[in-house]
Amino acid sequence: MIEASLAELADALAAKKVTSVELTERYLARIDRHQGALNAFVTVDRERSLAQARAADARLARGERTPLLGIPIAHKDIFCARGWLTTCASKMLANFVAPYDAHVIEQFGAAGAVILGKTNMDEFAMGSSTENSHFGPARNPWDPARVPGGSSGGSAAAVAARLAPCATGTDTGGSIRQPAGFCGISGIKPTYGLVSRYGLIAYASSLDQGGAFARGAADLALLLNAMAGFDARDSTSLERPKEDYARDLARPLAGMRIGLPREYFGAGMDADVRAAVEGALAVLRTLGATAVEVGLPNSALSVPAYYVIAPAEASSNLARFDGVRYGYRAPEYGDLADMYRKTRAQGFGTEVKRRILVGTYVLSHGYYDAYYLQAQRVRRLIAQDFVAAFGECDLLIGPTSPTVAFPVGAQVSDPVQMYLNDIYTVGPNLAGLPALSIPCGFGAGGLPVGLQVVGPYFSEARMLNLAHQFQLATDWHRRAPPGFAAQ
Amino acid sequence: MSWEIVIGLETHAQLSTRSKIFSGAATAFGAAPNTQACGVDIALPGTLPVLNRGAVERAIRFALAVGGELNRTSVFARKNYFYPDLPKGYQISQYEAPIVAGGALTILAGGAEKVVRLTRAHLEEDAGKSLHEDFHGASGIDLNRAGTPLLEIVSEPDMRSAEEAVAYARTLHALVRWIEICDGNMQEGSFRCDANVSVRRPGAPLGTRCEIKNLNSFRFLERAIEHEARRQIEILEAGGRIDQETRLYDPERDETRSLRSKEEAHDYRYFPDPDLLPLAVSEQWIAEIRSRMPELPAARRARFESRYKLSPQVAAQVTASRDKADFFERSLMKIDTETYPEAPRDLANVTVGELTSQMNERGLEFSQSPVSPEQIGRVQALVLDGTISGKIAKDVRKAMWEGEGDPDAIVARRGLRQISDAGALEAIVAEVLAANPRSVEEFRAGKEKALNALVGQVMKATKGKANPQQVNDLLKGKLSG
Repeated sequence: MIEASLAELADALAAKKVTSVELTERYLARIDRHQGALNAFVTVDRERSLAQARAADARLARGERTPLLGIPIAHKDIFCARGWLTTCASKMLANFVAPYDAHVIEQFGAAGAVILGKTNMDEFAMGSSTENSHFGPARNPWDPARVPGGSSGGSAAAVAARLAPCATGTDTGGSIRQPAGFCGISGIKPTYGLVSRYGLIAYASSLDQGGAFARGAADLALLLNAMAGFDARDSTSLERPKEDYARDLARPLAGMRIGLPREYFGAGMDADVRAAVEGALAVLRTLGATAVEVGLPNSALSVPAYYVIAPAEASSNLARFDGVRYGYRAPEYGDLADMYRKTRAQGFGTEVKRRILVGTYVLSHGYYDAYYLQAQRVRRLIAQDFVAAFGECDLLIGPTSPTVAFPVGAQVSDPVQMYLNDIYTVGPNLAGLPALSIPCGFGAGGLPVGLQVVGPYFSEARMLNLAHQFQLATDWHRRAPPGFAAQ
Repeated sequence: MSWEIVIGLETHAQLSTRSKIFSGAATAFGAAPNTQACGVDIALPGTLPVLNRGAVERAIRFALAVGGELNRTSVFARKNYFYPDLPKGYQISQYEAPIVAGGALTILAGGAEKVVRLTRAHLEEDAGKSLHEDFHGASGIDLNRAGTPLLEIVSEPDMRSAEEAVAYARTLHALVRWIEICDGNMQEGSFRCDANVSVRRPGAPLGTRCEIKNLNSFRFLERAIEHEARRQIEILEAGGRIDQETRLYDPERDETRSLRSKEEAHDYRYFPDPDLLPLAVSEQWIAEIRSRMPELPAARRARFESRYKLSPQVAAQVTASRDKADFFERSLMKIDTETYPEAPRDLANVTVGELTSQMNERGLEFSQSPVSPEQIGRVQALVLDGTISGKIAKDVRKAMWEGEGDPDAIVARRGLRQISDAGALEAIVAEVLAANPRSVEEFRAGKEKALNALVGQVMKATKGKANPQQVNDLLKGKLSG
């Protein structure tokens, strides 16, 4: 059962082969067993989950049949969920119980999905390894000495280890795709504006986008069907007709033009990653796709631009965590300024403070033009590069990350090295484009390699089509980490 | 050599929307602390702003009223600073691209018209309130006001005296109420001014300015500017230098004191708010709002002067508020101004005099008047058709204020109808002449004033109900006969 796809789970629930309560119990038991090794969850609330499962079973008993009804899902601890601790993996919010549901949580709730728990992450989604968590690092199920990637590392580790059939994440510069790649599962970041940010605790508002993890692309289509949709409470939410992201899954790839950005295949990518990505390209060719080399000439500027824009927005977004109204407040302080200073010094971790400082600096009088405005200009150039590339091809592919998962602790002292993990992933965020990562093989140490697919705006169905056809021809996404397969 | 005072004002007008500028919480004044603050207003994690169209519409009305340029695209920016009553740690405002650029306001000061140019007007949200009393050594925070929509209206430094600054503030205050974008309640903080004040020798370049905050009445505005100008002149005359700073007016001590110097000024780190798209205003929307705009005060004043032959002063007073101007025009509705061309002037005088003091005494707006404009008009009509005298009209209005009902009923019940029966009046005149031989003699000896005494006696005998013109004619006839 734990190897089943979401569609198979829905069938089993409908056929009464299993109840939502049984399914939820099974996953909760697996979480219990593996939480110590993986630290994938921040919060598990058995009774709350089972209550939801019972409600789903009642809906099933009434004959209701919707794709996610009764299916357990893990949510990144960045989404506010009414009555649940919602910590963003920060000491600052370690005591914060959300009084309302994020749009994403509402959507999954309406679909009848059962919340299994809230997953570990880099504090306020700032990081590429889930090491920057107030609750300790999450671990990669393929090798617990290694990171699962980040910032949505808990969600990726949970799905890879079969602690949840699917999970939500958020992606600001690669925070879904990179951990999906590191953990050998599939993950999608939709077009900016497709999934409401209401109730998603903001890191960098113009880049943040909710998305999903599952083992296979067909599952992602179902998850996206539930998540996407206009929400008037988010002014950047896009008002578009509802679409079925699974509609193109079965379409053959014959005639599809795949773009290979030459900048993504240059130096900097490890040989094992390159081998797996080229192997994937060969598979896509046998499926009828043709490949064309394209250029993204400004892609070298994407990491620098990202690390100006994202910290700038973060420095302002995180100003609300001041100890006045909710969350952490320093136990002892003198005057108001001292309360702010101590609360924020004690409540935020090192990486968060680093980005707040960088962001404050780049927005400061006299530096704004040179950094923030310049980065915005670069951002436009990067978006134009993608538009030009899509004039020559339907979708782009390349590596998700330049390396496989690295050991816990290996990069914590070198933030610039850490930032380079995002070298292939930040471009689509800056341009607002949809992108996904699917497993495409294994590299050094038997660690998974991710294949990134980037598409034009609103091309999610087409991207999922490519991913699904690839997964029909390969079984990388079905491989379970040793020790986590079904018994 | 004399000094010239240079003043520019920044005015915060609270827009009269029912809900806040970026959330659905209510804006009503006076609710228990923190009962009108939703998740967005208290900046819960994950909440997002959604712009209130009503606030934008009011800004558009303002732009149309002052002839400002409406930016078809404007941008909301974050103004970042820490303060406990600023829940997000930033205020959403407009910085580089405000919704309104330019425009002008014509003011009347010292008997002369003057045009004050506007720099800009932009939309922003208000902060909450810190309560420093009664919290046992801590401060309380009330976030009811957080997120209330404001239009910040910035003038050019075009005013040259406290009097002009007050005239500008009053004109602006009347305008925002006239076009129904702000209730203008200064006690509740719905209309607040900050003044930028500098002094210079006439013809010299602008001096260094100080900004004075916290001016929530016209009187404070006037006194703060006068005080501040005096302070600056004293420093300069003693050979000193003005430091650019922000000062706070203390009405109790009638003085300004330094709040922060230029060096201490915040770096607000403005940047476009990524949670809000640029604000686009369509031509269609503007046209639709324009079609619903009322006649503006200046146009109405001009019309009153030309159509009703009101003096500029009276026309300005009648158009001090839209309520008052409406009241005046409604009171004229049933009067044939062709036959009685002087009637509008008489009613205008009644409106700006007697009626205005009645409203002020009762603390009412003209729209809340217990006496209707139709009733006021009816009293005037009774004067015009000779039913009652002008003097009696005043008594009838007084009775109406006291709740005695319709003018016709009052006249009938109290027997106030003018005596115009010549026979009855002649008898009274004869009696008065007989009883006042000395006045008769004086008049005949050439003392014109003696006639007035005789008229007074007749009026007294008729309890004011005689037609004064008729009495005059009768007396003259008898005396010359």
